[in-house]
Amino acid sequence: MITIRIPTPLRSMTGGKSEIEGKGASIGELIEQMNADHPGLKDRLCDEQGEIRRFINVYLNEEDIRFLTGKDTPVKDGDEVSIVPAIAGGAHD
Amino acid sequence: MEFTESELERYSRQIILKEVGGRGQYALKRARALVVGAGGLGSPIAMYLGAAGVGTIGLIDGDAVDLSNLQRQVLHTTPHVGMPKVESGRQLLEALNPDVRVTTYQEPLDAGNIMTLLPDYDLVLDGSDNFGTRFLVNDACFFARKTLISGSIFRFEGQLATIKPHEGHPCYRCLYPEPPPAGLVPNCQEAGVLGVLAGTIGVLQANEAIKEILKTGETLANHLLIYDALDMTFRKVRRPKDPRCPLCGTAPTITALEEHHVSCRL
Repeated sequence: MITIRIPTPLRSMTGGKSEIEGKGASIGELIEQMNADHPGLKDRLCDEQGEIRRFINVYLNEEDIRFLTGKDTPVKDGDEVSIVPAIAGGAHD
Repeated sequence: MEFTESELERYSRQIILKEVGGRGQYALKRARALVVGAGGLGSPIAMYLGAAGVGTIGLIDGDAVDLSNLQRQVLHTTPHVGMPKVESGRQLLEALNPDVRVTTYQEPLDAGNIMTLLPDYDLVLDGSDNFGTRFLVNDACFFARKTLISGSIFRFEGQLATIKPHEGHPCYRCLYPEPPPAGLVPNCQEAGVLGVLAGTIGVLQANEAIKEILKTGETLANHLLIYDALDMTFRKVRRPKDPRCPLCGTAPTITALEEHHVSCRL
């Protein structure tokens, strides 16, 4: 099992859960399976071409997958995958 | 390196730290920090930098204090509702520490004014509340070669990074190349935010700024810190420099400041 950390803005898609479990051999497979369990999640993560959106980063353990092999990055049991979107609030107004 | 008696007394608890000492206190006194936004993050940033004796603090914000701000913007008090935030902030900082020179700019930060402000400062702390300003500050600090301490919050989550592309480290666009299009994420007003979260991240920004000034400790120049106030977790992920970065990469496509008009009350 792979642990996937869900950021606050996407927790409405996971019933409020901050962590879900996933299966798959790569980040791409993990996203497909997450989307099967939580329909609509892929659209929030990926653009029309299926690429991960430019303001959302996915980390395999501590590494940004953009600097590994993107969605082809292999994952294995025990890995932790984190989804980290850009946030902008300074809680100013 | 001369201090008055009252300065020595005021800062005695940190001057005795070997990482600070008289030399560090003098560095703080000479330091000039620009705080972008006198709001939820800007409040603890300005107060802790001021209390620590950072000699010059610039505050830029075009808004006035609103009652709904006071739940998290601790730089402002109830009698100051309606007052420009930078004026309210100046009054509090001067009461907190009369040694600090507070310079105020009662205007929103934009592409028209930022490059004229930056030469007067050594480092910038971003407490802005929208992506447009956040990317503008990153780009301007890159062009002006100023260190940027970036903090942001959303509901129960905070992010923190030190941005120093001029010293070979990644910029904010290496982390997130582009701002999100408008409409994907609600703004703080719609989303809500825990006041304490702003305090936590703002105080950490002040901490990173003080370390930059003192040139001590480990920095977040190559990492992103992610704080989850509900799960009570702090996580550090690696933040590499992106050779394809549109701003600081090897073939940049951004060569001048641009306003993000889709901006982003996200």
